[in-house]
Amino acid sequence: MSSKYDVLVIGGGNAALCAAIAARRGGASVLVLEGAPKFYRGGNTRHTRNMRCAHDAATEILTGPYTEEEFWEDLLRVTGGQTDEVLARHMIRESKDILNWIVEQGVRWQPSLGGTLSLGRTNSFFLGGGRAMLNALYLTAEQLGVEVQYDAEVTDLVIEDGMFLAARLKRPVDGATEIRATSLVAAAGGFEANIEWLKQYWGEAADNFLIRGTPYNRGSILKMLLDKGVQEVGDPTQCHAVAIDARAPKFDGGIITRHDSVVFGIVVNKHAQRFYDEGEDIWPKRYAIWGRLVAAQPDQIAYIIFDSTVVTSFMPTLFPPIAGQTVAELAGQLELDPAALEKTITEFNAAVRPGTFDHTILDDCVTEGITPPKTHWARKIETPPYLAYPVRPGITFTYLGTRVTKDARMLMADGKPSANMFAAGEIMAGNVLGKGYAAGMGMTIGSVFGRIAGREAARHAKN
Amino acid sequence: MHGTRILDEADRLMTVCNSCRYCEGLCAVFPAMEMRRAFSDGDLNYLANLCHACGACYVDCQFSPPHEFNVNVPKTLAVARAESYAAYAWPRVLSGTFARNGLVISIVAALSMAAFILGFAALNDRSVLFGVHTGPGAFYRLMPHNAMAALFSAAFLYAILALVMSVRAFWRDIGPPIGGRADGGSIFQAIRDACELRYLHGGGVGCYNEDEKPTDRRKLYHHLTFYGFLLCFAATSVATLYHYLLGREAPYPWWDLPVVLGTLGGIGLIVGPIGLFMAKMRRDPALLDEARYGMDVGFIAMLFLTGFTGMALLVLRETAAMGPLLALHLGAVFALFVTMPYGKFVHGIYRFAALLRYAQERRSEAGS
Repeated sequence: MSSKYDVLVIGGGNAALCAAIAARRGGASVLVLEGAPKFYRGGNTRHTRNMRCAHDAATEILTGPYTEEEFWEDLLRVTGGQTDEVLARHMIRESKDILNWIVEQGVRWQPSLGGTLSLGRTNSFFLGGGRAMLNALYLTAEQLGVEVQYDAEVTDLVIEDGMFLAARLKRPVDGATEIRATSLVAAAGGFEANIEWLKQYWGEAADNFLIRGTPYNRGSILKMLLDKGVQEVGDPTQCHAVAIDARAPKFDGGIITRHDSVVFGIVVNKHAQRFYDEGEDIWPKRYAIWGRLVAAQPDQIAYIIFDSTVVTSFMPTLFPPIAGQTVAELAGQLELDPAALEKTITEFNAAVRPGTFDHTILDDCVTEGITPPKTHWARKIETPPYLAYPVRPGITFTYLGTRVTKDARMLMADGKPSANMFAAGEIMAGNVLGKGYAAGMGMTIGSVFGRIAGREAARHAKN
Repeated sequence: MHGTRILDEADRLMTVCNSCRYCEGLCAVFPAMEMRRAFSDGDLNYLANLCHACGACYVDCQFSPPHEFNVNVPKTLAVARAESYAAYAWPRVLSGTFARNGLVISIVAALSMAAFILGFAALNDRSVLFGVHTGPGAFYRLMPHNAMAALFSAAFLYAILALVMSVRAFWRDIGPPIGGRADGGSIFQAIRDACELRYLHGGGVGCYNEDEKPTDRRKLYHHLTFYGFLLCFAATSVATLYHYLLGREAPYPWWDLPVVLGTLGGIGLIVGPIGLFMAKMRRDPALLDEARYGMDVGFIAMLFLTGFTGMALLVLRETAAMGPLLALHLGAVFALFVTMPYGKFVHGIYRFAALLRYAQERRSEAGS
C-alpha cells in the first residue's frame, strides 16, 4: 500500500521543520518522516543553541549590527575560501529575514548565554536551547496541518532520471510502506554517528571517537541520494571535531561534555608529551582544532593538565577534574608514566617567561626554548592539587553532502538540476562550508535552505 | 555528599545544568545556579524553593529522560522542596506531619469540623442550632463573638509563630546572599515577582503540564486561589474592624464590603482549587512528586472546603441550615489555620523568601 503527498520531508531537525512549515504555508500537503523516536527528534538541532544571522542594526537581543559583508568575511576566513560564493552570499542575504521569520514560527530568542559574550553581537540564542526551538517548530507545523511520523526509517528511495517518485519505509505508516510525493526535501543530516562510514576515512581510530549528537545521524539518506546519482559536495574525510571529556557517553553527550580549559594549561598525549601550541589563539577561535589534534594522537586520547590556580577561570564542567597532590600522583590516576609527565611539566615550567596574564587578549605570557611552544597564557603549573581532564575527539558533524543550487534543488552527477528533489541543512552544508566552522552557522544553513527548499518543493508540487 | 539522597541528586543536576546553561532565560533558578560553582544543602534548598514547577526546563532539556543523563529538574526540585518543608518545620517534633501529610490534614480537618459540630450541639439548644437567625449578631447566637475571636486569634497567631520560626531556619540555612546586599528594592521586587507569579510562565510562552505544549493554565488557577484567599482574609479583617470600631455585627447585607470581598474570594477559592486539582490529575507523571500527592491535594481540598462552606453559609444563612453550616465553615477555617505551618501552605512562604534572596542577589550582581 502507498500514500501520496505533495511534499515529503525526510528528517526532523531545524532544516526539515522549516521546510515542512514553508511548504505547508505554500499550500502543499506535507508529511515529515523522522527516523528517530519522538524524544530524540531533531538530530543535531537538539544540541544547538544559537543561529548566526546578518542584521543591519542592533536588536532587542543582539548588541550591534552584523552586516552581510562582515558575515561573508567571517565565512571566507573560517572556510579558507572553500565555499560557493553565490550560494553563500544568497544564504547570508536570506538570513536577515530568517531572524524574524523564525520568530513567526514560534521560536523565541534570548540574549547570549553566560560565558558566550563573544557571540552577543553576531548570534541569536534560542530561549531554552535547541530542543525548545524544535518544540516550537513542531507545534507550529502540527497546528498548520503538517503530518509527522516518528521512528519512520526510510530504507530506499525510488528515483528515476533525477526525479523522486517514492520512499520505502521499514515500518508501515498508517498501513503504507511506500510514500509517494510530488517533491522531496531531504533534510536528514550527516553521517557522524555511522562509525563504519567514518572508518572508511579514519580507520580503526574512529572506534575511539565520541559522537556529540544522537545515534540516529547515520547518513543513510545521504548515501542513498549519492548512490542514485546526486552530485556530491564537500570533503568526505572532513568532520567538525572538538575535544570532549573522554568520560562522555558514546553518543549524544551534547554541549556539556566540552572543555574550554585548554588555554589555561598544557595538553599531553598518552606518552605524557605535549604536541601542539595550547596558546595559539583566543578561545573559542581555535576551539574546533583540538578534536582533530587529539584524533591524530595514539589511541585518540589526550589530557588537559593544569593546576588549582585556574579552576575558576573557565565554565564549570560536567565531569570533575582528576586530581593529584603531586604530578606523579596525578600521572598515576591518569595511568601515564609519572617520570615522563614530571619531565614534561618541569621543562614546560622552566620555559615559561614572565609576563602579564590576560586571557581576554593575546597576552605576552610565552615559553622559550621548548617545542611546541605555548605562545600565550603560558604560566607555570606548580600549585597543587594538579588537575586533569581526559579528552577524546567529539564528532559534531560531517561535511560530505549533496550539491544544490541557490533554490536548494539538488544537482545530479551530470550537472542537471533534479526535477523535484531539494536538500537543506547538514546534508548540503558542504556547499557553503567546505571546511571550518563558526558558531551558529549550521542553524543558519538549516533555516535558510530549509525555508527555501520547502517553498520551492511546494511550488513544484502545486504547478 | 549531602544529607539526603534527593539533595545529592539535585547537586548532580545543578552540576549538569551549570555546564550547559541553555535554560538560563527561563526562570530564576538557573541564573541563581550560575552564581555558584558548588552547592551546599542550603543552596539546593534555596534553588528548590525558587523553582515554580513550570516544567519548561524539562521539555526543553535535551538530557531529560530517557536520556542517560536523566535530567529532571522540576521533579527533583519538587521532592527537595517538599523535604525542605519537613526539615525546617517548627517545632522540629512536628516535622513528621509532612511524611503522610494528606492523612494528617484529613484527620485534622475531620476532627476540627466534628469538634465544632459537637460543640455547637453540646452548647446550644436544638431549637437554636436548627433555628432561623437573622439580623446583626445572628452567628453569635450559636457561638459568642468573643469566644470565636479568641479561638481563631490563638490559632492564627500560633500559625504565624510556627511559620516565622520555620522560615527563619530556612533563611539561616540558605546563607547570606551572594554579594551580600539587602534593601527595600529587593523586597519590592520579590513582592512583585510573587504577586505576578513571574516565574510560572515557561520563559514567556506559558507553562507545561501534560506534554511539551505550553497549554497549561495553572497560573490562572493559582491566581484565582491566591487572590481568592487574600480576598477572604480581607473580608474577615474588614468585618473585624466593623465589629470593634463601628460596632456593626455580622452578618452584613450582600452589598456590604465584607460580603462582597468574601463572595469574590469564595468564588476564587472554589474555582481555583478545582482548576489546580484538574491540572494535577493531568500532569505528566514524570514531573509529579507522587509521594506528596496527598500534601498537595490535601491543601487544595482545604482551600476548596473553606471556600465552599463559606459560600454555602452565605447562600443559606437565613435558613435552618445556618447553624450546622457555620460549624462546618468554622471547622474548615480552624483546620486551615492550624495546619498552615504543616502543609502545602508553607510553599508560598519559602518561595517568597527564595524570591527575596534572588532579588537581593540580582541587585547586588547588577550593582557590582
